[in-house]
Amino acid sequence: MAVRNARIVTVSGPVIDQGTVVLRHGLIEAVGANVPVPPDAMVVDGEGLTVYPGLIDGLSTWGLPGAAPAAPTATAGRGGRGQTTVTTTAPATPAATSTRARGPEDRPATTSWLKAADEISPTDRRIETARSAGFTTAVTFPTSGIFAGQGAVIDLLSAQKPGEMVVASPAGQYISLTRGGGFGGGVGGSFPGSLMGVIAYVRQIYLDAEHYKLVKEAYARDPRGMTRPEYDRALEGVLESKQILLPANRLVEIDRMLRFAAELKQRAILYGAREGYRPEAADLLKKAGAPVLVSLHWPEAPRDANPEDVDSLRTLETRDKAPSAPALLQKAGVQFAFYSDGLDQPRDLQRAVKKAIDAGLSRADAVRALTLSPAEIYGVADRLGSIETGKIANLVVTKGELFDDQPRVQFIFVDGRKYTPAAETPAAGGRGPVAEGPGVDQ
Amino acid sequence: MTKIKILLAASIALAPLGAETTVIRNATIMTVTKGTLKGSIVVRDGKIAEVGEKVMEPADAKIIDAGGQYVIPGIIDCHSHIAVDGSVNEGSVSVSSMVDIKDVINPEDIAIYRALAGGVTTANILHGSANAIGGQTLVLKMRWGKDAQGMIFEGALPGIKFALGENPKRAGNPQGGRGATTVEARYPATRMGIEDTIREAFNEAKAYKAEWDAYNAKVAGGEHLIPPRKDLKLEPLKEVLEGKRYIHAHCYRADEILMLMRVADDFGFKIRTFQHVLEGYKVAKEIAAHGAGASTFSDWWAFKVEALDAIPYNAAIMQKYGVVVSMNSDDAELMRHLNTEAAKAMRYGGVSETEALAMVTLNPAKQLGIDNRVGSIETGKDADLVIYDKYPLSDFAKVEKVLIDGNLYFDRDQDVTGRAARQAEKQKLLDKEKQNQPRQQPQRRPGA
Repeated sequence: MAVRNARIVTVSGPVIDQGTVVLRHGLIEAVGANVPVPPDAMVVDGEGLTVYPGLIDGLSTWGLPGAAPAAPTATAGRGGRGQTTVTTTAPATPAATSTRARGPEDRPATTSWLKAADEISPTDRRIETARSAGFTTAVTFPTSGIFAGQGAVIDLLSAQKPGEMVVASPAGQYISLTRGGGFGGGVGGSFPGSLMGVIAYVRQIYLDAEHYKLVKEAYARDPRGMTRPEYDRALEGVLESKQILLPANRLVEIDRMLRFAAELKQRAILYGAREGYRPEAADLLKKAGAPVLVSLHWPEAPRDANPEDVDSLRTLETRDKAPSAPALLQKAGVQFAFYSDGLDQPRDLQRAVKKAIDAGLSRADAVRALTLSPAEIYGVADRLGSIETGKIANLVVTKGELFDDQPRVQFIFVDGRKYTPAAETPAAGGRGPVAEGPGVDQ
Repeated sequence: MTKIKILLAASIALAPLGAETTVIRNATIMTVTKGTLKGSIVVRDGKIAEVGEKVMEPADAKIIDAGGQYVIPGIIDCHSHIAVDGSVNEGSVSVSSMVDIKDVINPEDIAIYRALAGGVTTANILHGSANAIGGQTLVLKMRWGKDAQGMIFEGALPGIKFALGENPKRAGNPQGGRGATTVEARYPATRMGIEDTIREAFNEAKAYKAEWDAYNAKVAGGEHLIPPRKDLKLEPLKEVLEGKRYIHAHCYRADEILMLMRVADDFGFKIRTFQHVLEGYKVAKEIAAHGAGASTFSDWWAFKVEALDAIPYNAAIMQKYGVVVSMNSDDAELMRHLNTEAAKAMRYGGVSETEALAMVTLNPAKQLGIDNRVGSIETGKDADLVIYDKYPLSDFAKVEKVLIDGNLYFDRDQDVTGRAARQAEKQKLLDKEKQNQPRQQPQRRPGA
């Protein structure tokens, strides 16, 4: 298959004003201004069209339909004088009885061994919607729990077998620091019930993992006369994760998580970055050399807020300036990528990126933050993220430029298979009426 | 919190620490340790260089004319819960010593700036009182504008919170231990159980310490061994046994105070401070003999049964028996006027002006083991100073300026003059948001 006479945004190299991309067996066979179209190729005329590398969602749950979107940030209220009197709370969930964790040893909210690659569901309806927005790839993670599990880089195919979709696995361990449900401060609930409790738990897990490894290695060397170490799947999952994803929205959290990652001696990718617009944040990230995933779910004023409540200056400022974070991070030389953070409608995603562009990010850098940058962050830039010979044939072909107010995605190629976008549903959500069917032309 | 304040604080923080010399002139200086005098203070390299009626004013010194005003040492709050992200309690377990306030410092909590505006320069940030043995604690300086690390009082020994009585026995036991049908009750549900919980934890900690001591001895002897498992719950208790960590124990009743001292004696550790300690006046002699400090409220009680038998003379009586006594806030609002809390000890109990002032400066410094650095106005100590417009042990006194390490962190004039600009900036953002709103179509965010 070949797309000819198209404008080609390779991302890794200069833009080719008029050129040809040849795809074969799911890979890019050739790309350039003067590349001949093979005689056996099915030709797509690219006159007036632009070809981009397929977009990558840097942190996603696409393909894992059961996965809850990341838990909301629940900050328990802090009592003033009331601190000395503990108000007794009625049980919030009747189910709290049997599964109550009493300490780190119970490995609460931990499924570190879980691999997204093993849980992929090709029938997730969001796959098609995302693809229609130009996304060909997602780095998808289990997201419930403190150690939620290990991600996978997946291609957004309409696949028969989930295994066809997996590009790379595992992609790192997803860590969240929020505790859903339970009581304020976890009184009477399950350990850990507070932010500091979760942090202590994560710290203890890494200490345990280090110790576990030592004991296991010693036992493997010479088991005679040594008590057999107990198999611990929580620690196995942590030990096989080469990098961790840590949440950090505010500047304070960015500082805290960078220090925490250094203490744990883990390569960390931060996600969130709502206050990435503050210059101090970029400085910290640059100094630590840590990559960051910027949420495309920009903060908004709550819809049903009490009109009497006026937000703090910081909150107002954050809502105003959050979309300028990417431009600032780019200028500071911080490695960053975008992620969908619950958005999955093409229009919402396009708009969100456009906001960052309006706030100073160049179009080219915006494209990079959804293609080559996430590929680099997850170590798959050798196969994804740009239009180069030998890489996976993931492309998005548009009329006009990506992230315009009215972008028109014409075709999407995933693993060389051609798809046409589904028409977007106006309101009802879920899967929209498919214009030309999720047709596989190859 | 406002951008201007942050910018202001940041610019102050960016100035090289005490690179310049500052002289506070013409003030009434209440030194706490060396009496009260009219004169000047020379601040150099973040420290107090000279105090006296006549001082050597360096030519390039920055002058603060405090004519008609008063200077006292920075106020120290021995019991605060500000500047913490998330809950101050890890309430799920009765021994939560694995958690550490240090992990959740929020240097952008506006309560810090407000405490500063009330003359507080140092605070002991404690875990809550939901557990017999609570979380690890630490001492912060109110260096508004610095990051979390920049606020930590360098070299101050960390602490751990203990709690006795109703809070730890009721937390997780909504029906006094009889709630097991609806929720798994958390042990303990009685005062007996609290003692048992603390004893059990220290039995564990002793065994843990023995395990590590044995390991370290063998390694020192040249053996190659796998180290024992590091247990974050027992590490801080081991540090208590080694005298490397202070215990700050929440308590009210005399019986529980005596109980904890007996437990401490049995295991060979010390209670550094009893917090609240409303019935301390009944066992002041025993507290003094143990060597513990007492950090209490001036007149805040009767909020529950165990806090009923309280008297306003508590602080004065304990002091008379030789206990080092401080007045604390336990509250972001009360924290802003600890000077008047101290003054109440003069009214009730008749302590002297200096003794009263010491209850929010030198005494909490002693309790936190930082009196070599702060707590009084003396040559060589940190230049943590508060300038009041009037006699500070009065309701009418307002804080004019606060210096920490010789740097200006609060200036009332700057704050007042900046208010209009901050309000305007806020209004601008609000208007902008309002303007953008109608253009936004109602959006549905599935899965958001």
